[in-house]
Amino acid sequence: MNQEQKIINITPGQLTEKVRELSDQQFRLVQINCTKLDAGFELNYSFDKELELVNLRLSLSDFDAVIPSVSGIYLAAFLYENETADLFGAKFQGIAVDFKGNFYNTHIKHPFNPDGPAAPEVK
Amino acid sequence: MSEYTVVPFGPQHPVLPEPIHLDLVLDDEKVVEAIPRIGFVHRGLEKLVEKKDFLDFVYVAERICGICSFIHGLSYCIAVEEIMKIDVPPRAQYLRTIWSELSRIHSHLLWLGLFADAFGFESLFMNCWKLREQILDIIEETTGGRVIFGSAKVGGVRKDISREKLSEIVAKLEAYRKEIKGITDIFMRDASVKHRLVGVGVLSKEDAYKLGAVGPTARGSGLAVDMRRLGYAAYGKINFQPVVENAGDSYSRCKVRIRELFQSVDIIKQCAAQIEEGPIEVKVTGLPQGEFFCRTEQPRGEVVYYAKADGTKFLKRLRVRTPTFANLAAMLKMLQGCQLADVPVLILTIDPCISCSER
Repeated sequence: MNQEQKIINITPGQLTEKVRELSDQQFRLVQINCTKLDAGFELNYSFDKELELVNLRLSLSDFDAVIPSVSGIYLAAFLYENETADLFGAKFQGIAVDFKGNFYNTHIKHPFNPDGPAAPEVK
Repeated sequence: MSEYTVVPFGPQHPVLPEPIHLDLVLDDEKVVEAIPRIGFVHRGLEKLVEKKDFLDFVYVAERICGICSFIHGLSYCIAVEEIMKIDVPPRAQYLRTIWSELSRIHSHLLWLGLFADAFGFESLFMNCWKLREQILDIIEETTGGRVIFGSAKVGGVRKDISREKLSEIVAKLEAYRKEIKGITDIFMRDASVKHRLVGVGVLSKEDAYKLGAVGPTARGSGLAVDMRRLGYAAYGKINFQPVVENAGDSYSRCKVRIRELFQSVDIIKQCAAQIEEGPIEVKVTGLPQGEFFCRTEQPRGEVVYYAKADGTKFLKRLRVRTPTFANLAAMLKMLQGCQLADVPVLILTIDPCISCSER
């Protein structure tokens, strides 16, 4: 099987720049996924071009860290970012369409991270 | 200055088999913007991976969706097999390919029926589903299930198909090809159908790419995005090219699915000709440790299974990115500028599966 996996570790400060680079190279946004770690969490941003899969990995030590949104570069990212915010309680800044915790209608707030930060206040 | 009206669409609506909500911002009858909301049936199946043995979780993966259940199970198995470096026997790889393509045929026929129903062509709907029954019969004869196949497992497959049965299936599909042609010609030629589809909901190639569209939605806009080209299961040994149409409208997306019906029959025929005798599974020993991003092609498009294991019998994380979720942004783009009456048809053109998305 030809499923090469390329993982590039990055810092929050590099995220926007690296995503823009991939966008300029005509990579397609495949998905954004969050994994809870023993301490903190990691986000994987996956991109594809001609079946080559590139993952940008952002590791953060706590859920209060603010992550810059990439929805200004890939509009579709707003869906993944709202999903991650709702299920894990991750905090994104500057989401193109920010549902403020109301994208997923879950019974438990942040079901994948019940010990995480409190849900944002709905105004 | 125009005055906009916001019309709530869903989560309960006759055209929606599953709940999704859209706020449609209208200027008279024209949609200016659509804002989605999901999560009405979120099941948290990804979370269950922390409590289910990694070998047993395939049963849960298959239940993520009732239409592409086999490919969900298969994708999960591939992810685990890649982490554990398991070599699946060639015969099992061909059987996986055959069942994947049978899934595609029955899913596309189901969609064609629902699509016909959405624009009011009831007899066409019934005929599509009548044809689908024959495929479900083949699936039942080979796996014992009609919706949940239960035939995928880590290390291979649970059931075999005899040479005689394979010949019988190929003969049935050959005869079936004529019946499909009879039905699909109506979609392609009927003036009333074309009136509802041609030029409606155009998604340009650039937009499809930028918005991360997958499957027939992307291929209907001229993008050759097809994960079967990665060569998983036996696809690496099969001669096929992604079906691509360039117009980007609803008719184009419909045409892709129709052409894929015939392509799937061809792929099954190739598998039946190439498959060799041999074992259908290998014994799985040890525990998984590592991670893998598995991508396969469901009837609706690319699905991503990310599995992460830490050497215990429970996976640390499983993330499923379904094709419907990837196509939501493209759907919102298609809806912009369309007429309110076209909204149901346009939503259906991405073949939405909310149960997949809500996993």
